[in-house]
Amino acid sequence: MGASQTHSEYQYLADKTGFSLEQIKNLHKRFQQLSGNEDTISKENLDSIPALANNPIRKQIIDAFFDKRNQHQEEVGSFEEIGFEQFLMVMSHFRPPTLKTTEEEKEALRKEKLRFLFNMHDTDNDGVITLEEYRKVVEELLSKSGAIGQEAAKAIADAAMLEVASTNVPHMAPDDFYEGITFEHFEQILKGLEMESRMHIRFLDVDTTTMRCGKSTS
Amino acid sequence: MVLLFLEVSVRPLGVACSQDTNHNNNHHQDQHSGNATHVKKAFPVLSLDYHHIKAPFEVSLWVLLASLMKLVPAARQLPVTSGGLTEHQPGKPGEDTALNCLGEKPSVSGFHLVPRLSGIVPESCLLITVGLLVGGLIKLAGEDVPPVLDSRLFFLCLLPPIILDAGYFLPIRPFMENLGTILMFAVVGTLWNAFFIGGLLYAVCQIQPANPSILHQLELLPCLLFGSIVSAVDPVAVLAVFEEIHINELLHILVFGESLLNDAVTVVLYHLFEEYSGVGTVTVMDGFLGIISFLVVACGGVLVGALYGILAAFTSRFTSHTRVIEPLFVFVYSYMAYLSAEMFHLSGIMALIACGAVMRPYVEANISHKSHTTIKYFLKMWSSVSETLIFIFLGVATVDGKHAWNWTFVTVTVVLCLVARVMGVVGLTFVINKFRIVKLTTKDQFIVAYGGLRGAIAFSLGFLLDERVFPLRGMFLTAIITVIFFTVFVQGMTIKPLVELLAVKKKQEAKRSINEEIHTQFLDHLLTGIEDICGHYGHHHWKDKLNRFNKKYVKKCLIAGERSKEPQLIAFYHKMEMKQAIELVESGGGIKLPSALPSTVSMQNIQPKKPPPPKPVERALPQLPKGREEEIRKILRSNLQRTRQRLRSYNRHTLVADPYEDGLGDLLIKKQKMIELEKKIKDMNNYLTVPAAASDSPTMRRARLASDPQAYNMKQQSDSVPTIQVDLASPQSPDSVNLMDEFRQAKQQQQEDDEQGLMMKPPSGPHKPGEAGEPREQKLMRCLSDPGPSADEEEDEPFLP
Repeated sequence: MGASQTHSEYQYLADKTGFSLEQIKNLHKRFQQLSGNEDTISKENLDSIPALANNPIRKQIIDAFFDKRNQHQEEVGSFEEIGFEQFLMVMSHFRPPTLKTTEEEKEALRKEKLRFLFNMHDTDNDGVITLEEYRKVVEELLSKSGAIGQEAAKAIADAAMLEVASTNVPHMAPDDFYEGITFEHFEQILKGLEMESRMHIRFLDVDTTTMRCGKSTS
Repeated sequence: MVLLFLEVSVRPLGVACSQDTNHNNNHHQDQHSGNATHVKKAFPVLSLDYHHIKAPFEVSLWVLLASLMKLVPAARQLPVTSGGLTEHQPGKPGEDTALNCLGEKPSVSGFHLVPRLSGIVPESCLLITVGLLVGGLIKLAGEDVPPVLDSRLFFLCLLPPIILDAGYFLPIRPFMENLGTILMFAVVGTLWNAFFIGGLLYAVCQIQPANPSILHQLELLPCLLFGSIVSAVDPVAVLAVFEEIHINELLHILVFGESLLNDAVTVVLYHLFEEYSGVGTVTVMDGFLGIISFLVVACGGVLVGALYGILAAFTSRFTSHTRVIEPLFVFVYSYMAYLSAEMFHLSGIMALIACGAVMRPYVEANISHKSHTTIKYFLKMWSSVSETLIFIFLGVATVDGKHAWNWTFVTVTVVLCLVARVMGVVGLTFVINKFRIVKLTTKDQFIVAYGGLRGAIAFSLGFLLDERVFPLRGMFLTAIITVIFFTVFVQGMTIKPLVELLAVKKKQEAKRSINEEIHTQFLDHLLTGIEDICGHYGHHHWKDKLNRFNKKYVKKCLIAGERSKEPQLIAFYHKMEMKQAIELVESGGGIKLPSALPSTVSMQNIQPKKPPPPKPVERALPQLPKGREEEIRKILRSNLQRTRQRLRSYNRHTLVADPYEDGLGDLLIKKQKMIELEKKIKDMNNYLTVPAAASDSPTMRRARLASDPQAYNMKQQSDSVPTIQVDLASPQSPDSVNLMDEFRQAKQQQQEDDEQGLMMKPPSGPHKPGEAGEPREQKLMRCLSDPGPSADEEEDEPFLP
């Protein structure tokens, strides 16, 4: 790949995802590291990052990268391997708002981030997070806490679900059944968290990945 | 008003009496020393000895005045039957009064002019005015105004409660997230302010060489000293004003955090300039030492505080047998942290904040709920009274004291303060925004700049100055007071309308929900994971590492028993349940639901649909299959054991097991939660009498909530499970009383069954009114029916510990 070709590719990616050119360059370097200089990465590549081992929800995180719904292309299912562009698309969900972001853009940004979270919970892609799925989420969160965690997980998930239901559908007859958390309900209950300001990480403009390369995969 | 007159009248009386007693004492001494002439006096049946109790009496009077000042806004809102203070009606207004004492503001009724006044004018202004009045009255009465704002009194008695209250309840998360910004404002901002004000004041004082005025005496160093005194944002004033305007968390923590952390800078600058003002020159070496000193002061203060905090946490691990003195440990350790830091001239405020913040998570995991409430209310009480006293004293001290008014000096000071603040904030924000992810907007900057209030700390520091070294001390004090008045009155009064005008984001009043907590945790892990995938060690990575370290090592040391392993989410869940349960009971047994939205949704609505249980033709009582019975019995027993272990901490000092305590509390909480759920179901008629177990698994309760009422007989499987027959008694029925007894007896029975002695005794005789609330809940809970086990519901679900 010639330098200019890469540059125009980067430009295309920058326009598509909103990252700056330096950020894309850094992320590309990281991508190369993870993939072992291949063009695509697979789940095993991500699995082998040592720092992720302590994370209770690593499986969900890794799955999110391979989830087609996060590519904003109306497809469903999951990839086997992803290329750099898909990698960037997923990463772009974690960009922070800037000073110039207008209120509507902030709304759109928040919706996008919430959608990402929703997709992570809604594993069977039926548009609702059922009680089972929610229980699974809480269980995974508490998975590092041993037996105590598992016992409590169910109760917590149930209480949370109840809360969602009571906030969104206040009056249900005793026989009605609450199918699950739809995206609107999901937005409603997480309104207070201000996702657009919280769900982001700092993407570096300066290249520091070379300093860390000893610790990542090899 | 009555009280003011009381105050003023007591004082001359006090003076007169002290003279009187002196007389008496002299008499006595004459008699004893003379020993020759014994004049028999009549035995003094009633004598007045004011001198004996003078100091504590006056202190109490001041505290009483402060507390009554807090009552007055509430009293004014009551409908006035006759002029002046009216009787307080019990109930809501009384509650408001109580809340008022804790520093919260009830809504203004709009009855007459005065309540509207307290809506416009922040309380701090009112209090200063009262202080002015009191000071004026004392002066009018010809007395010497007591030197109330004596620096030692201020720094050692009045300031620590406020800072401890702030530190203990400091919201750690936003504080840490914005720490960089806060430090920039606190350190660099204060330095800028001090040098700007000091330098320009000196320049201004030096102009006009034609008419030599008193200002020309002012050297550079005293000017810089004055600048450093007057430049520090005051936490007391900020707290007082910001509490009323309810702005969003970010701005609040920025201004407040700055006011706390600039103490270190102020301390260093003050000592530095004071030291060298006598000498007259400061060298580069001194400047360098000053910088080192700053690091020592700041980090030393934090270390001292953290050390005491860890000690307090460690001590609280062993207090499970003597719950009564738990709050004392918290207070004493914190105060000692403050004093130790002050001893080394380190930053006492930072020590106190560090102590409170470090000890809180561990202490709260160890202490009982009652102790927690005690700590909370004591801190609020002390800090509230302290704050009130400080403002009143400011007023009094203004009246007293030699003032040297110098138009130039004072006006230039005020103007420079404003200008310096604005320039500082704007400049710093420009730099900070390059490093922040969520930038500060212009509106934010304005509020931060406008919120830079000065207060009593500046005055006290000025008061401490030595007259001999600083001949212009009087002028300094006047200027400081003017700045304080200006910021508190003008800025304090106008900030609220400005916040409305600029439509600044306000504080979210919503209660923390379990969903938010789940997702906060989820987000934390998610962002840490993404950072790891990206490969750089950011903010989240280190936070995660710290959390893991905390969980692995620190918690084991500092938290007693099983709770050391409790994950945060579960702790939160328990806390929430507890809160809901207590709210439920305190709100009079469910008349007013604590939840925002009354909702009819209950557990049954969210359970996945199952095929309806086959309706038995004869409505025979279904029985649990044998295996299920075993399970249930096991669950119940294991849960009881766990409960018992916790309850053993009760001894004869706590005769009746407090239902809000630990293990029993957990059980009751779950029950009460279920009760809450029931309330959401409109139809109570479906529910027949049911035998209920004293301790239930969530499974059983959930299963019962379905609308298919079938009486369910559990007698066979478990002897330890009592049967309690209940019908829908009204809350005031005598049934409720009996229930409580039965419940307790049942528990006792079970425990005796298992041959574990428990010191819990059922309350005998007439119930305390406080307990009446609970029986209602218990009774309601009993009105459940169990439609029978559902297939996928009854897995092996052990009880929540």
